Amino acid sequence: MENRVENHVVLGMEPPQNLVEITVDGKPVRAREGEKILAALLAQGIIVNRYTVKRGEPRGLFCGIGQCTDCAMVVDGKPNVRTCMTPVRAGMVIETQHGLGRRANGTE
Amino acid sequence: MAQNKWEVVVVGGGPAGLSAAIEAAKSGCRTLVVDANETAGGQLFKQIHKFFGSSAHRAGVRGIDIGGELLAECEKQGVEVWLNSVAIGLFKEKTVAVERGFDNGAKSVVVLEADRIVLASGASENAVRFRGWTLPGVMGAGAAQTMINVNRVLPGKNVLMIGSGNVGLIVSYQLMQAGADVKALVEAAPKIGGYAVHASKIARAGVPIHTGHTVLEARGDRRVEEADICAVDEKWQPLLETKKTLAVDTVTIAAGLKPLVELAMMHDCQMMFHPVLGGWAPLHDAKMETTSPGIYVAGDISGVEEANTALEEGKLAGISAAESLGKIGEADADRIRSEIWGRLDGLRLGPHGVMRMQAKSEQIDHYKSAQSA
Repeated sequence: MENRVENHVVLGMEPPQNLVEITVDGKPVRAREGEKILAALLAQGIIVNRYTVKRGEPRGLFCGIGQCTDCAMVVDGKPNVRTCMTPVRAGMVIETQHGLGRRANGTE
Repeated sequence: MAQNKWEVVVVGGGPAGLSAAIEAAKSGCRTLVVDANETAGGQLFKQIHKFFGSSAHRAGVRGIDIGGELLAECEKQGVEVWLNSVAIGLFKEKTVAVERGFDNGAKSVVVLEADRIVLASGASENAVRFRGWTLPGVMGAGAAQTMINVNRVLPGKNVLMIGSGNVGLIVSYQLMQAGADVKALVEAAPKIGGYAVHASKIARAGVPIHTGHTVLEARGDRRVEEADICAVDEKWQPLLETKKTLAVDTVTIAAGLKPLVELAMMHDCQMMFHPVLGGWAPLHDAKMETTSPGIYVAGDISGVEEANTALEEGKLAGISAAESLGKIGEADADRIRSEIWGRLDGLRLGPHGVMRMQAKSEQIDHYKSAQSA
């Protein structure tokens, strides 16, 4: 069961969406093409986007509009992508970001 | 870096920016709006409730519908809108550096030259710091509202709302409309901050509103699983013996907003601090022009108010920018401005509105003394 707001008392039914597959930390996830990556993950109950540089604390959605950068993840190998601002495309590879997201730092 | 020249550049495509752009373009200005998002409209598209006021103020119309109308009007008037475009710098001689593109793609920086600039960058949500406030599941109330109403996903099922201003009250109701359960709303002040009509809606739906209460801590393994609330004394200190634990997976913070003023500060616009307007905001005159000639402000950047005041302020800025470029005569501009000010005065009524009206006139008074100094 996805955490979607499909039927809404004011907004009505969601229009039909094109479903695509993305990979999140190695697992296949179904997402809606063009929705924000963050939304696709929240729909699956995934709320941790990254772990902090020094203390390794979890972070997730905080502002939802591109200001706070707490939802940054590694997208197709590129770190620090704000998932609340970036739309889903078919085949995207999304990874939880550890620290600055550099693979060489051995924290992944 | 490519060069681009515009008569009017508007930073921010929310209600203030779009209405400024529409007015400027209507008067014949070559007008560009730059907006950081994939869709313009600012926060209008998450406002699914009906606005208050009289019909002249678009009362009874939902924010989402106003957003659609503004975008259609922009297109009709030939306003160019650049999306996924962030104004990252504002320099002397009115140049604006704009970064374009998505985080996961190639970005480019374009430097624009503008004859007039309207800053309509909006505001950001204030945070409340408590133990556990950085845990996933703690978020701005506006963030939760964006998720449910725009992205159509629930950030959680069981919510504790912090703050009883209109945002806290309205988003609580909208979370319930989206299928979440709002377990409680806490408000540190002794009285509910927002309109009674919004408060009674959620009270009727069974949400306990605890005034004189605050949040102490959120706990959980990599996400919020529970949160403690407690009463506060008359000095706002927590009364730990009243502590209660709520089983919630989401804590939403509605603690007000502050103007996004970085670009104005970058350009040395003189600022004033006013608690009623959310903190520091640029001084401006009745035409919305700042102490930097040719730089205008409109909407929340000039002091946090509401979408309907932002729409009117945007018109003031757009008309005035066009007038200063000789696109519209002084008499016409004055007549239109006086109509707009009439509507603004109408929006700044009631106990909340009067305080804002007072604060806005202080801004204009300070502008005058800054100019004569």
